Amino acid sequence: MTSSPVTRTQDGAARTAVEVRMERLSRHYGTVVALDRLSLTLQPGELVVLLGPSGCGKTTTLRLLAGLEDADTGQIFVGGKDITRLSAAKRDMGMVFQAYSLFPHMTVRQNVAFGLRLRRVSAAQRDKRAIEMLDLVGLATQADRYPHQISGGQQQRVALARALAIEPQVLLLDEPLSALDAKVRAQLRDEIRRIQLEVGITTLFVTHDQEEALAIADRVGVMREGRLEQLAPPTEVYSRPATSFVAEFVGLSNRLTGEVRGGEVTVRGRTLPLVEKDVPDGQVVALVRPEAVTLASHTTPESGPLVGTVIAVTFLGATSRVTIDLGDTTVLAQLSTSDASELPAGSRVALAIRPDPVLVSASSEPAVAADEEA
Amino acid sequence: MAAVTSLGETPIAAPAGRPRGMQASRRRRLNLFRYVVFTVFGLFFLLPLLAMARFSLEGANLGTWSVTAWRQIASYQNTGIPPLLSSIEITLELAVITCAVMLVLLVPTMVWVRLRVQWLARTIEFICLLPLTIPAIVLVVGLGEIYNKIRHFSLSALMLFWVYVILALPYAYRALAAGLSAIDVTTLSEAARSLGASWFTVMVRVIAPNMRAAILNALLLTAALVLGEFTIAYLLLYTNLQVELYSISRSTPNAGVLFSTSLAALLFAFVLLMILSFAGRRRGRG
Repeated sequence: MTSSPVTRTQDGAARTAVEVRMERLSRHYGTVVALDRLSLTLQPGELVVLLGPSGCGKTTTLRLLAGLEDADTGQIFVGGKDITRLSAAKRDMGMVFQAYSLFPHMTVRQNVAFGLRLRRVSAAQRDKRAIEMLDLVGLATQADRYPHQISGGQQQRVALARALAIEPQVLLLDEPLSALDAKVRAQLRDEIRRIQLEVGITTLFVTHDQEEALAIADRVGVMREGRLEQLAPPTEVYSRPATSFVAEFVGLSNRLTGEVRGGEVTVRGRTLPLVEKDVPDGQVVALVRPEAVTLASHTTPESGPLVGTVIAVTFLGATSRVTIDLGDTTVLAQLSTSDASELPAGSRVALAIRPDPVLVSASSEPAVAADEEA
Repeated sequence: MAAVTSLGETPIAAPAGRPRGMQASRRRRLNLFRYVVFTVFGLFFLLPLLAMARFSLEGANLGTWSVTAWRQIASYQNTGIPPLLSSIEITLELAVITCAVMLVLLVPTMVWVRLRVQWLARTIEFICLLPLTIPAIVLVVGLGEIYNKIRHFSLSALMLFWVYVILALPYAYRALAAGLSAIDVTTLSEAARSLGASWFTVMVRVIAPNMRAAILNALLLTAALVLGEFTIAYLLLYTNLQVELYSISRSTPNAGVLFSTSLAALLFAFVLLMILSFAGRRRGRG
């Protein structure tokens, strides 16, 4: 997290990045609660990613901040100023949309200069600024092309340049990479982060892609049913999830039955520390990350209840995911591909669990195989 | 600010084609089909026009040719009936007013419905298409009372634009609806709004330019309707170009005038629409 970084303005003068504060925002669509008293503060110059499944309210939050929709209740402050009732045109925010949003009848240069034209910036200055912004996103050579003459990834980069050209107080990104193929997506994701750090602008990024969120965020806000489940740096969200929903939504989790006693949980004979120490003693379901599960190719007398049969090995590139049948449940383990290659389907293996802190939930929830909800 | 290397993306290439021979053969067949259709429909429209031209140029004796019927259009004057030029002027003014009112009324309404009140879309469509189902005579009976009241204020035939806007609604609506569905109005307007554009700017600088072809089509259809409209003007006792041409043909013993005036009206509308069409499409994007 950065504290009050400085953004550059058109004339080169310094401008302090602003804080964005949303207080108890609610939004209903008929009987559906899209946003339920959400409070969120973005520190100046910070990039916060809202992550969650479809319909969790992340895009609604962004649209309320942009002024494209009105909140039923709650307030929005930008740089300490209440903008809740301000129209979208007067909010001074740059936005990149999920759908391609360049104006088809304008060239790339004209698109980038559009906001400046509305602000009555002189033609020469507009042109200079547009080229500067296009240079920032690596597209200065495409300035005179029309949107239909460039690729989807290039269009989104132009949209980013257009949003930044007006020197907004806040940058809003509504799943800007979701329409792109995997390679371009990864490249553009890194580029967005580089530009955001370079410009130092307070940014809210919405996505349902956990990898994207963890890769570029200063803080990740995981949302569910209109509420924030957790707002924390990516490493914390991943390693110390606040709720079982976060644990399962961000990455994969094995759900294994265990017993809490004295601030520790015992899972199939292995004692593991807890993320939250104040869990009462009793039966629970422990959420164990696949990478915390290690394998030994030969069973040993100490293996005890952690012996199983390899069902499948999924190749993921540098790593592979191994699915093991323990008899009463299945467990996922994430191994290096070279280690996984020595484990053909049907082989018997002994499991070990790395003693990382784990999150537990009430045992009344059914203990099921590891699942991916993302 | 440091520049970055381009990602090396290229615009989406056209899908790989079929073998050249097959494509060429298919193209030939398609071209042949086009020529046949074009010729058949061309003859269908052209033959009656040629017949009209022939009759309008026929002399007093069989087998002789004369331009008397055409001269009589220009030289025709009659007391109590406005001269031809005046009716042309009124018709052109009517076309301009009707087009303007129709655009101002319909474009913002349709965009607003698309953006904010989607649930009203079907109702608006129904209302706009309704005039298609109502015969002109029924409209006249309904509107007669209103126009009689208007007449008390001694207003000109330009007042016909009210009823012409109603008549043009179905055609203009369909043309504009096609244009609207071809663009992502919501995203474009939200993008413009987030950049600081007022709703007026959104309409004029973002939506309208991207519906250029649709707006032009709506204008052409509306103008064509106004230029060719006879029934309502005649029944409401106003004189536009068509009514004037009809009066000319009625008040001369030369039957050729009937054909020359009809053909003149058609040519006038055709030339005007061609000019409008070319003027509108000349500034295409590069």
